[in-house]
Amino acid sequence: MANNVAEQRSAAIATMPLRHAGRAAGSGPLAPIKELWARRDLVVLLTKREIRARYKDSSLGIAWSLLRPLAQLLVYYFALGELLGLSRQIPNFALFVFIGLTGWTFYAEVVQKATQSIVHNGGLVKKVYLPREVFPLASLGSGLFTFFVQFIILIAAIVILKEVPSLSALPYAIAGFALIAIVALGLGILLAAVNVYLRDIEHLVEVAFVVLFWASPVVYSFRFVNEKVGGTWLETAYLCNPITLGILGMQRGLWASGASPEVGGWPPNLPWLIVLGFAIGCAFLVFAHWVFNRLQGNFAQEV
Amino acid sequence: MTNAPIIASVRDVSKRFVLHPEKSLKERAFSLVRGRRNSSEFWALKDISLEIEAGTTVGLVGHNGSGKSTLLKIVGGILEPTSGEALRRGRLAALLELGAGFHPDLTGRENIYLNAAILGLSRKETDKYLDAIIDFSGIEQFIDTQVKFYSSGMHVRLGFAVAVHVDPDLLLVDEVLAVGDEPFQRKCMDKIAEFQRDGRTIVLVSHSAEQVGSLCDRVVVLKQGVMRYDGEAEKGLRVLRETYIERAQDTTSDAGARGRIYSVNHVDAVARAQGDGSRVTVDVVVDAHDPQPEWDVTVSLMTPSGVRLTSVGAKESGATLPPGAGTHTIEFDFHNVPLTTGTYVVNVSIDAPDGFMWDAVGSAATFTVDRETTAGGILQLDASAQYRV
Repeated sequence: MANNVAEQRSAAIATMPLRHAGRAAGSGPLAPIKELWARRDLVVLLTKREIRARYKDSSLGIAWSLLRPLAQLLVYYFALGELLGLSRQIPNFALFVFIGLTGWTFYAEVVQKATQSIVHNGGLVKKVYLPREVFPLASLGSGLFTFFVQFIILIAAIVILKEVPSLSALPYAIAGFALIAIVALGLGILLAAVNVYLRDIEHLVEVAFVVLFWASPVVYSFRFVNEKVGGTWLETAYLCNPITLGILGMQRGLWASGASPEVGGWPPNLPWLIVLGFAIGCAFLVFAHWVFNRLQGNFAQEV
Repeated sequence: MTNAPIIASVRDVSKRFVLHPEKSLKERAFSLVRGRRNSSEFWALKDISLEIEAGTTVGLVGHNGSGKSTLLKIVGGILEPTSGEALRRGRLAALLELGAGFHPDLTGRENIYLNAAILGLSRKETDKYLDAIIDFSGIEQFIDTQVKFYSSGMHVRLGFAVAVHVDPDLLLVDEVLAVGDEPFQRKCMDKIAEFQRDGRTIVLVSHSAEQVGSLCDRVVVLKQGVMRYDGEAEKGLRVLRETYIERAQDTTSDAGARGRIYSVNHVDAVARAQGDGSRVTVDVVVDAHDPQPEWDVTVSLMTPSGVRLTSVGAKESGATLPPGAGTHTIEFDFHNVPLTTGTYVVNVSIDAPDGFMWDAVGSAATFTVDRETTAGGILQLDASAQYRV
């Protein structure tokens, strides 16, 4: 039986080191990152799968991912802007709301999808060994896709309304978005792992997001908050929400008519707050992944 | 291959499963407050150690719940052992479920890329194997159809085709070889044989003793998470049959109390070597509580896996069964039984003339045939072969 092919194969195997099946408990913090990098093709394919599968067979296809925020925009524009008169105090109210909605939708979609990702891919988790982080990462990927589609609409609106923001403000928008993305990923990874053990989490998240929506300045401007509770601990607490900071950053960067502090009511140290938030977000991501890594060993039997 | 390298090594692995009766927040809060753990646990594997050499084909066998699939998943890295460690090297492909990860809304072709990536192939490698995969699956004309329109056979064929093209050093197979129609099954078996020639290592979980016997050069028998045997395939399958028998006897211990009219009291079976076969005698002791004018005893000889070799009625074999209360002994005698070495099972039933069964005892007794046999399988037949010009 021993032929050449077999001998070559066995010689090649003899040179490889024996490794842990699955992921070793003490393999160091960088091992999962290396593993994920090696499987980046898979993350891309899973992302594509999510996107394509979502709209396959619907005749409007990708347009559906636009219609929801557009409907929200219309509702907020008429109900809050025109009926309650917010648009008199917030210039270019429609644009303002759409910037905030774009950031918020991205955040909500990534966290909610990621939370369910491990449980929903239970069939795979149980049957094949994969670095399990690929599932929440694919949720981030599909969220990014929806975000960019909306972002194109946003740019179109900016051009049509001739509300082009100054170039010097753009870093705010980029930093704000990066902050939202890192927090969304960290939270998504953490909740994905916990949801395997406690299925209530995914429902809890849904409810929490309905409430949290009003805790960030999406449909009202930060100036109102500042006027009401400025200088008190309430304002500090409000600014401790990283998503608030991220959305403020995006608004500061893209909402040209609100760029001045009198109109926008920006916190004076906004750049530093965003940088600080980002640093804490990174630390949180590391922590979330640490938890995920500890819990993932038992995913296959708990899903 | 005497000094083949070790490709997978399992060291003192135990696996504990904790069973949660339910999983809601409220229930958990309650059990937390009451301070007791609302869960039970059991050990699926206990202190398993196993070294698998490259190029071998190992069969993991045992009855349902013996822990063989758990062990396979630990080797595959899908489950983490509770204690001990599992090590391996080389590229792995796990055929635990064919087409795991197929998305119903994507086409066959898109799913090939996705599934190959799940099994660890890069895009470039998949491009290289794409034609071979499609060709092997034999469903070229449907490859651009969404998978949800596939028949279950097509689904499985595509899954198998992807899995065997991943170029694994170590292939884990769980009960998936019996798929598709007969030509496709043959194709699968040819592929497995090719894998063996290429020096790939295969770890196989199967209930089919025949499949294990023909493919594996080593068999590991598990019973309730404990390794019962590890070694040569032929002997391993014999050990497996014995565990089946032990299990069957565990479940039929109180069978005698069932029949109110007649009940089987005791069954004894003995096999003795004889000139060109074995002589098997079966003594059946029957208690008659409420005698009927007509009754009959049927004895069946079975393999442990449940294949009936023969069924014989006492009356048609010449016995006269007198009516009357008390204990009756019926002796069955089978001459020249051409069975190969192994353990076999006796089933007994007491029947009424209208076909009603007063009592039946499965695995009432066992007997072991132990003689020089040259044939594989169950029967040692008088065969000869010669070369003809």
